[in-house]
Amino acid sequence: MSNILVIAELHDGHVRKSTHSAIAFARQAGHPFSILVLGQGAKAAAAEVTAFGAAKVIVVDDAYLANPVAERLAPSIAAVAKSGGFDVVVVTASSFGKDVAPRVASKLAAGYASDISSVSAEGGKFTYKRPVYAGNAFATCEVTTAVQVVSVRQSEFAPAEPSGGASPIEDAPLAAKDPAAERVEFVALGEAKSERPDLGEAKVIVSGGRALKEKFAEVLDPLAGLLGAAVGASRAACDAGYAPAELQVGQTGRVVAPKLYFAIGISGAIQHLAGMKGSKTIVAINKDPDAPIFQVADYGLVADLFTAVPELVTELKKQS
Amino acid sequence: MKILVPLKRVADPDNANKVKVNAGKLETTGLEWKPNPFDEYAVETALRLTENGANTKARLGEVIVVTFGPKETETTLRGALATGADRAIRVDATDDQLDGDVIARALKAIAEQEKPDLILCGKQAVDGDANQVGQLVAEYLGWPQATFAGSIVSEDDKSLLVVREVDGGTISLRVSFPAVVSVDLRIVAPKSVKSKHTADTHTYADGVRFAALMAIMAAKKKPLVEMKLADLVGADTALKIKYDAFELPPARKAGIKVKTVAELVEKLKSEAKAL
Ligand SMILES: Cc1cc2nc3c(=O)[nH]c(=O)nc-3n(C[C@H](O)[C@H](O)[C@H](O)COP(=O)(O)OP(=O)(O)OC[C@H]3O[C@@H](n4cnc5c(N)ncnc54)[C@H](O)[C@@H]3O)c2cc1C
Ligand SMILES: Nc1ncnc2c1ncn2[C@@H]1O[C@H](COP(=O)(O)O)[C@@H](O)[C@H]1O
Repeated sequence: MSNILVIAELHDGHVRKSTHSAIAFARQAGHPFSILVLGQGAKAAAAEVTAFGAAKVIVVDDAYLANPVAERLAPSIAAVAKSGGFDVVVVTASSFGKDVAPRVASKLAAGYASDISSVSAEGGKFTYKRPVYAGNAFATCEVTTAVQVVSVRQSEFAPAEPSGGASPIEDAPLAAKDPAAERVEFVALGEAKSERPDLGEAKVIVSGGRALKEKFAEVLDPLAGLLGAAVGASRAACDAGYAPAELQVGQTGRVVAPKLYFAIGISGAIQHLAGMKGSKTIVAINKDPDAPIFQVADYGLVADLFTAVPELVTELKKQS
Repeated sequence: MKILVPLKRVADPDNANKVKVNAGKLETTGLEWKPNPFDEYAVETALRLTENGANTKARLGEVIVVTFGPKETETTLRGALATGADRAIRVDATDDQLDGDVIARALKAIAEQEKPDLILCGKQAVDGDANQVGQLVAEYLGWPQATFAGSIVSEDDKSLLVVREVDGGTISLRVSFPAVVSVDLRIVAPKSVKSKHTADTHTYADGVRFAALMAIMAAKKKPLVEMKLADLVGADTALKIKYDAFELPPARKAGIKVKTVAELVEKLKSEAKAL
């Protein structure tokens, strides 16, 4: 029997919803699991994850962990994993998870399977699938060490829902500090202020490409607002400054799989497709009938976006 | 400032959809080798940090590139030397002898010999998309890290102010040397890297620099040494991650083209039930 430790991501005093994907992994693996909530204010936030069927919710609450600094978090994660006899440590492959997980793996002499898309627990051992070559192939892999660290792709592990019950909350001490932590200073958090849902959680995403130019927000905001959608962008749109970098969808941006994805003025480069082709329904609006995006789109509209998008907004308003 | 840049060659990422799978094995035959784009960005960043942007011929620091791979990967190293790196190291290895952990432990050994101020790597190699070597080597060395750097300011050659690109925004960190920084896409924008040698008014061309023909010739004479993996990691050569098989992703079913916006809305409602 494995013993899984799920690492929660704490933000603004709350457990981020992305954590529910790591919990989903633990449930799919079908072995007992506990959840570690660490950070300043972890104790208060712990109650948010006591109804997911975890054996325990372990808390390390300390002002030293006020900011997401890997050198500060990794020692306590590794210490809890060791003292609790956990042999699988799992975190969601958000920028937080990707930053800290390898440091934890190194401390635990563990192999690290990153950004996995599925887990199988057949034959008493875990095997993982993970996308490679921008999702153009999937690898089946195993971690060969006694302890394993895994990060899971949020778009592939549907967030776990609470299952009831009340996992006991247990305190754990802050681990001895790493000297490396003394050489990194947290300067500032630059948080994008947006009323829109997060790309990782949105049911609908309206993404725009280079074609939108300076009219990126002007054209897309009415549509996104009407649909309660998150806004995404291609790399070209971000690089050109039409959209902020954190909106980038793709192999090297956010990987998303909403119910409905609009690709507007996006050509459909491999790197973009890697981040959105898991979406349930894909709509493409592009004036080039041969744009590669049409190869993955369920519904393609060959049109000038500057007339088609406002028309779409009008049509949707008319029908609602 | 002395900077070590790990550089990997990958099968042409713009043609990754031509990757084939044969009996569970991955085939990239027919695809050209290219430097991992993020590593090209790391080399460009290293060059910007060790020069005056107004006079890029004089290197005001040292940039060492290192790759893990067979003999042919020296082409990739020579490419980096031609753009301005000073010397190169090739650790002789084939892909089946490597995973992120072995590479990180070997890089640790190299860093202990070379004593760089900075290891500057790509945030991910776009073939395996593993996103871990930088963080692993930082931990093995006991150094601080700043991952996914979108901009870097070098104030004093003792530390860097790094703006990291993270989900939902940015995080700014100051890391003191020696440190590990992994770079993101926006690091090669015209004003993303500020070195203390370059005037604030200087603007770089967007992207990475190209090598002049003369420089390509000159790069053939720059030092390139070969190292043995076993000399760096000792007997501990076991891989921590084992790849059993590969498969192609399930194909998406072909879609349709709609003629009008009204038809699109209709289909989304009645057929896809997405609205
Ligand atoms: C290392 C690396 C990582 C990368 N990672 C990512 C990533 O994560 N995400 C990503 O998106 N890209 C990524 N890219 C970039 C990718 O290769 C493409 O360059 C990028 O996706 C192109 O963006 P685009 O489709 O907006 O622009 P373009 O390719 O320029 O396409 C613009 C499209 O708009 C259409 N168009 C123009 N005018 C109109 C109009 N009036 N109405 C309708 N349509 C119009 C055109 O027909 C065209 O298809 C990466 C590249 C590299 C090298
Ligand atoms: N075989 C290799 N040779 C040199 N550098 C590598 C190699 N593999 C990975 N790296 C470095 O580690 C970074 C992250 O790679 P990865 O963790 O494999 O996604 C890359 O961008 C390179 O800088």
